[in-house]
Amino acid sequence: MSDLRNLYQEVILDHHKRPRNFRRIENANRQADGYNPLCGDKISVYMRLENGVLADIAFIGTGCAISTASASMMTEHLKGKTEAEARIVFDQFHRLVTNHSGGPEFADIGKLAVFSGVREYPVRVKCATLAWHTMHAALDQKAETVATE
Amino acid sequence: MTAGTGKDTARPELAYDVSSIREDFPIFREPVNGRSLVYLDNAATTQKPQSVIDAVTRFYTRECANIHRGVHYLSERATESYENSRSKIRRFINANSLQEVVFVRGTTEAVNLVAQTYGRTHVGAGDEIVISAMEHHSNIVPWQLLCEEKNARIRTVPITRTGEFMLDEYRELLGPKTRLVAVTHISNALGTINPVQEIIRLAHERNIPVLLDAAQAVQHVPIDVQALDCDFLAFSGHKMYGPTGIGVLYGKENLLEEMPPYQGGGDMISYVTFEKTLYNRLPYKFEAGTPNVAGGIGLGAAVDYLESIGLENIRAHEHDLMKYGTMELWTLDELTIIGTAREKASVLSFIIEGIHPHDIGTILDKEGVAIRTGHHCAQPVMDFFHTPATARASLGLYNTREDIQALVHGLRKVKEVFR
Repeated sequence: MSDLRNLYQEVILDHHKRPRNFRRIENANRQADGYNPLCGDKISVYMRLENGVLADIAFIGTGCAISTASASMMTEHLKGKTEAEARIVFDQFHRLVTNHSGGPEFADIGKLAVFSGVREYPVRVKCATLAWHTMHAALDQKAETVATE
Repeated sequence: MTAGTGKDTARPELAYDVSSIREDFPIFREPVNGRSLVYLDNAATTQKPQSVIDAVTRFYTRECANIHRGVHYLSERATESYENSRSKIRRFINANSLQEVVFVRGTTEAVNLVAQTYGRTHVGAGDEIVISAMEHHSNIVPWQLLCEEKNARIRTVPITRTGEFMLDEYRELLGPKTRLVAVTHISNALGTINPVQEIIRLAHERNIPVLLDAAQAVQHVPIDVQALDCDFLAFSGHKMYGPTGIGVLYGKENLLEEMPPYQGGGDMISYVTFEKTLYNRLPYKFEAGTPNVAGGIGLGAAVDYLESIGLENIRAHEHDLMKYGTMELWTLDELTIIGTAREKASVLSFIIEGIHPHDIGTILDKEGVAIRTGHHCAQPVMDFFHTPATARASLGLYNTREDIQALVHGLRKVKEVFR
């Protein structure tokens, strides 16, 4: 059970049950869709980017606990950050969930550190990163759907 | 019905001794995540008995040679073993002749072979191919490729809310433009056993040939292609306790005879010049290149193994287990079984309110219980039931009531984590 709690931490379960910023942004100026064909997870990420700052970021979609919580906590973490900062956090988060050797410390990643348990579950990495890849595509304003496969 | 722990459910006479059967499978001696394996992903692939592993090893250790061409001793022996497997398979499905048993990589290749040979020569613009709404992607996409090329179209037989094939609607769909019916015998996502005898009869009334996808059938129910009168039958070795990378296309001899080759190469020819090639006789016309010799020999051993237990006994054992599993799953709140057809085999597909199947799969895995989660390569089925995915436990001949109890125990843990 302790192993499982490492993956399914309370904060993750909480964000899964009550995802934050779970809505469309009507006047969004960036938007992208993500899809994980392995488990059927779908997500749309919306952003309001003003003077290089993420004034608002939100998402809608369906997914497992890991992908929903990751999307929810991503929006909380990135709101108010600059576009450049968002790209840095994207890289940090990616390394957090994939890097077995530990790598550099992630001083700024805050609560997102709860996702470090995902690295023990290689097949679930895509669940944790779907929202992030979609966010990244929205920043790049790619029109096509991002797929994790 | 009793919705208890199952201990109060009367246990029928066992069809065979499962505990001795399990000893035939070395994988059950391997711990997974520190526990003994509870393997409930048999619709994806089955575990292999020692006799199949030994047959493959024996080939590589003592008989390895290419077949059908060598004059030396080993080549003769390898050819004999390989062709011996073909006769075992002929007997297993009761094909009329060895010419009707074509070795392929698996069900997917078998369906593609028919689409690219029979399909390309018989399907034209405006023609129709009838499939069902519960097909695996491998019995959808090959027909889509063909239809795109030929400007033909696919007609889909709908299914009921319980996951049953709708025969009346099927009858309506059959028409003068129908060139082929391609349906699954048993659904991999729902477990539904389709009324294939009736499906074939109705098609034959209109002289329409029928391909059966038997990937989920050959290991669960006895199959007699002559009694069924199906025109094509496709199945995979690895889902019937045999090796991966080997499967079978059965086709009626007259149909195979008139079909053009699928791939060109060695072994499928009888005479080659740069101007003209004469094709080999059946079934070799469809077996270009060096085949999966070890796989074919292993598949023969799998047939021997299944016959030593008896398909009727396997069916009875799995049927009892599926009824038991269904009752046990019903004891869990918020769990819905997807696919509740009256005639079912092996598959227990389900969803739990508020918990994604992928999370269920991860937690069960930690408990040593292997199931499949996802769309099971049947996305149209998922769309029909308005779910992106299900969790699927699928039974094999070696599963026990204890396996089901481990599944239910694991599912209680899932609910504990997500409480």
